[in-house]
Amino acid sequence: MSTNKLDQLYRSVIMDHYKNPKNKGVLEGGNVTIDMNNPTCGDVIHLTMNVEDDIVKEAKFEGEGCSISMASASMMTQMIKGKTTEQATKLAHAFSDMMLGKDLDDSIELDDLEALSGVAQFPARIKCATLSWKAMEKGVSGEPQ
Amino acid sequence: MLNKEIRNHFPILDQEINGHPLVYLDSAATSQKPVQVIEALDNYYRWNNSNVHRGVHTLGNKATDGYEGAREKVRKFINAKSTEEIIFMRGTTTALNTVAESYGHANVSEGDEIVITHMEHHSNIIPWQQLAKETGAVLKYIDLEEDGTLSLDKVRETITDRTKIVSIMYVSNVLGTMNPIEEITEIAHQHGAIMCVDAAQAAPHMRIDVQKLNCDFLAFSGHKMCGPTGIGVLYGKKELLNNMEPIEFGGEMIDFVGLYESTWKELPWKFEGGTPIIAGAIGLGAAIDYLEEIGLDAIERHEHDLAGYAMDKMSEINGLTIYGPRDPEKRAGLVTFNLDDVHPHDVATVLDMNGIAVRAGHHCAQPLMKWLACSATARASFYLYNTTEDVDRLVEGLRSAKEYFKDVN
Repeated sequence: MSTNKLDQLYRSVIMDHYKNPKNKGVLEGGNVTIDMNNPTCGDVIHLTMNVEDDIVKEAKFEGEGCSISMASASMMTQMIKGKTTEQATKLAHAFSDMMLGKDLDDSIELDDLEALSGVAQFPARIKCATLSWKAMEKGVSGEPQ
Repeated sequence: MLNKEIRNHFPILDQEINGHPLVYLDSAATSQKPVQVIEALDNYYRWNNSNVHRGVHTLGNKATDGYEGAREKVRKFINAKSTEEIIFMRGTTTALNTVAESYGHANVSEGDEIVITHMEHHSNIIPWQQLAKETGAVLKYIDLEEDGTLSLDKVRETITDRTKIVSIMYVSNVLGTMNPIEEITEIAHQHGAIMCVDAAQAAPHMRIDVQKLNCDFLAFSGHKMCGPTGIGVLYGKKELLNNMEPIEFGGEMIDFVGLYESTWKELPWKFEGGTPIIAGAIGLGAAIDYLEEIGLDAIERHEHDLAGYAMDKMSEINGLTIYGPRDPEKRAGLVTFNLDDVHPHDVATVLDMNGIAVRAGHHCAQPLMKWLACSATARASFYLYNTTEDVDRLVEGLRSAKEYFKDVN
């Protein structure tokens, strides 16, 4: 089978996050809660954050979904902690651009996230990767649920 | 099993996907089209395209003959009494919405009941939810048995004298369950309710006889039965359709138009507002000719055999769960499953990399997924062009998915 292409999608970093997700659970005393689902496939995410003075202090997620969506949520919560809401939003946009295969601004540090760049070649799976990021973006925007 | 030559009628199957010969196991979502149907569409657009029911010219007559000829083919296909009972529509969804909107609003009021089941497709849930909300009627669900079948006892318990409409799928797109429509219709009629049947997963695969079923409405789509997308059928008993108001108004469906009042054409055209789906109907007619030539009984037999073969082979894979009735004789040609610890999307991606197309997700049946207590499943669905070799490729693909993800858990 086309193992190479599969490996591009499921890089070891993704599998690590899937196997041992970071920030899994519900944040007690969080002040932002977002529930989002992907109606075409049934993936769901419940994201809780603590945002104070425009800084994301804490973030946790629970959800159901494939390896890509859960690994992406794990990476996302890890990356946004300590960021300002503006930085977090910028990251969400950069992530979305990466999924669309666009070139990214060099000033953005994507760390582990680059492991997800291969998803761009699997159009049917892009929505899996972006679900948690959309939830986060909505959460930090201050829009009511 | 059917002759493997049938596969050659479907040009799309002769290609490689991700470096492997295509194995198409998603026919319950939409079927592939035989060259006979593709040529009928090509021939229509190349030689006979014209609007129907209006021209004096020869092409107009040719198009009208093709369109109305297709209606007669559909009538015969489901053994309706008259072509007046065959209405062409966009698909099953539009047909079910038409029944809810037209028949439902005229006949359902506050406190009345509408009865459906936990296994329905969204297209046979939401029109009734909306009707119940708008009229104050009560929407009731018949619970399923452990194995995903319906028991007539529970049907009897749920349908009462307050029930006005019972609407149930003939064959489940997830469980493969074949429901006892004739018996349920009888129970509905005993209580004065009408019976509406979602036959989207039945029409492609088995002989339907609306007179024997005695159902009042029945809906199906062309694209799941070798026909084009955008064409479907609403069958309704003439006496019911005669008393129903159209829900789309405009050209084609009128008799006389005045400044403030208009009258409608007779059946079936009063429900076909606007230029109809001419090419679609002609394509559906060609699909029916094609299926009849092979024989619906032979197709059904082939699918039962394939599903049986698939269930046997798939059961040998450790950690694989199959949903729905276990007896292949009691289910249609599809197998919905989950592989332990591998999400169905990941299963579907690995299979896709092996050239195998399956569906993964909630299959437009979220209430059923809740009943099954899972958020998603994978589904392999078979049709006349599938072979045991396709099943073998699927099983091999599933084993490689399991292998690929084994380190994760």
